[in-house]
Amino acid sequence: MGQAVVVAVIKSMCNKLLSGIILCSIILLGLAQAAQATVLPEERADVMYHSYDGGGVTVSGPSILVRKNASTNTSVYYNYYIDHISSASLDVLTGGSPYTEHRTEQSGGIDYLHGKTTTSLSYTTSVENDYKSGTLNFNLSQDFFGDLSTLTLGYTHGKDLVSRRGLSYDLSEISRQNYRVGFSQILSKNMVVGLNWETITDDATELRDNTGTLSGVTLNNPYRAYSYYDSTTGQRGFAPEKYPNTHTSNAFAINGSYYLPFRAALHGKVKFYQDSWGITATTYQLNYTYPLASWIFDFRTRWYSQSKADFYSDLFARQDEYTFMARDRELATFQSTSIGVTASWDFAKNGWGWVDKGSLNVSFDHMEFDYKDYRNALVGGTPGTEPLYGYGADIYQLYVSIWY
Amino acid sequence: MRLLFLLMISLGIPQGCSSWQPWVKPYERSNLADPIMNPDRDPVSVDYVAHMHKTRQASRGATGGSGGGCGCN
Repeated sequence: MGQAVVVAVIKSMCNKLLSGIILCSIILLGLAQAAQATVLPEERADVMYHSYDGGGVTVSGPSILVRKNASTNTSVYYNYYIDHISSASLDVLTGGSPYTEHRTEQSGGIDYLHGKTTTSLSYTTSVENDYKSGTLNFNLSQDFFGDLSTLTLGYTHGKDLVSRRGLSYDLSEISRQNYRVGFSQILSKNMVVGLNWETITDDATELRDNTGTLSGVTLNNPYRAYSYYDSTTGQRGFAPEKYPNTHTSNAFAINGSYYLPFRAALHGKVKFYQDSWGITATTYQLNYTYPLASWIFDFRTRWYSQSKADFYSDLFARQDEYTFMARDRELATFQSTSIGVTASWDFAKNGWGWVDKGSLNVSFDHMEFDYKDYRNALVGGTPGTEPLYGYGADIYQLYVSIWY
Repeated sequence: MRLLFLLMISLGIPQGCSSWQPWVKPYERSNLADPIMNPDRDPVSVDYVAHMHKTRQASRGATGGSGGGCGCN
């Protein structure tokens, strides 16, 4: 009897994994990678410094990425990435005090090439003092139609442990699964398009604290609070957010790259998003890449718009009005627009010792966030009449790349 | 059964099309192979930008990136 149960569970897991890989596989990497399909990724190393500054939040740190062939058909990589975070955002100031922390992410992976098939496996860990996660990724990529088409299937399984600063125990455990399918197609000698689909599911388990009481934390940020009208004071009251413990999202993207009559390229991307919390979002992105002597310039613009979650409100009528209540601005109705440019300068083009070539890259983006139903509660006055919130952010990237 | 059918289809397409004649010959793909045709040519930057967007909006997925953590409290 016990053996039958074990066999049934194993069968069920295998079926889920297999169906997931097949289901997932219509999109993904696509695009220009198709032109270089069935070859291993380039052997290169990148050292980056990144910086984000906007809305009272600064995030900066290094990222180091090294990739090397282990044999003629095997490539391995390692990435070390750090975020130094200093936050005095509106959410933080509304519900607490500014803080600083840092996040360390490490990834390692292997790509194996056999014929026209590339199999990739990687593992990523991310550690903060109040948040830990581990993620296992699997991708399978196959070229066919004379290498004009590439089909990619992917599956990811991740587990997160959520805590709060100063606590020695976890408040919730999140299981995450991603299913991806990608398809790219060379349409002409100057054009390639790609389609990508990804479904992501989150399932959170609320844990108990050291007194045996349920934490109240599922998929929500344990520091965030929703706001309600406090009839006794006539002002805003705040209480811990309440989220559902499951979340499923679907995203579909169409990419295209076109080589212009002169040496320059246009890249476009449209992405549609929908999830089980009632949020829909659309992203449009356009890039123009133009080389000039030893330089490559990349100009880009991005427009993003989303609707709010079903259980989001800037101000609820009263405390405990609904089962689920949130005031995260990431769940609000908003638009963001950005413009940016990257300048890349090639050096050592004829090689330098063991280095085949190198590039020095400087990148800058400016983003504007414009919220439609999230108000600046710090202003005070009659609740629900405060000015709508908005802010700008500057993003810098500086990185050196060498190929060997 | 349905799963087996899908698996056979997915594995069968590449095999059945091995005799397909590509309308863009390999020697005609120099433009496609130009690095400027790859908007994701620098993975270290692509991963950073994907994470930066993911932590500030609800939309996620279909970016080609992956990984965990938040850094967004």
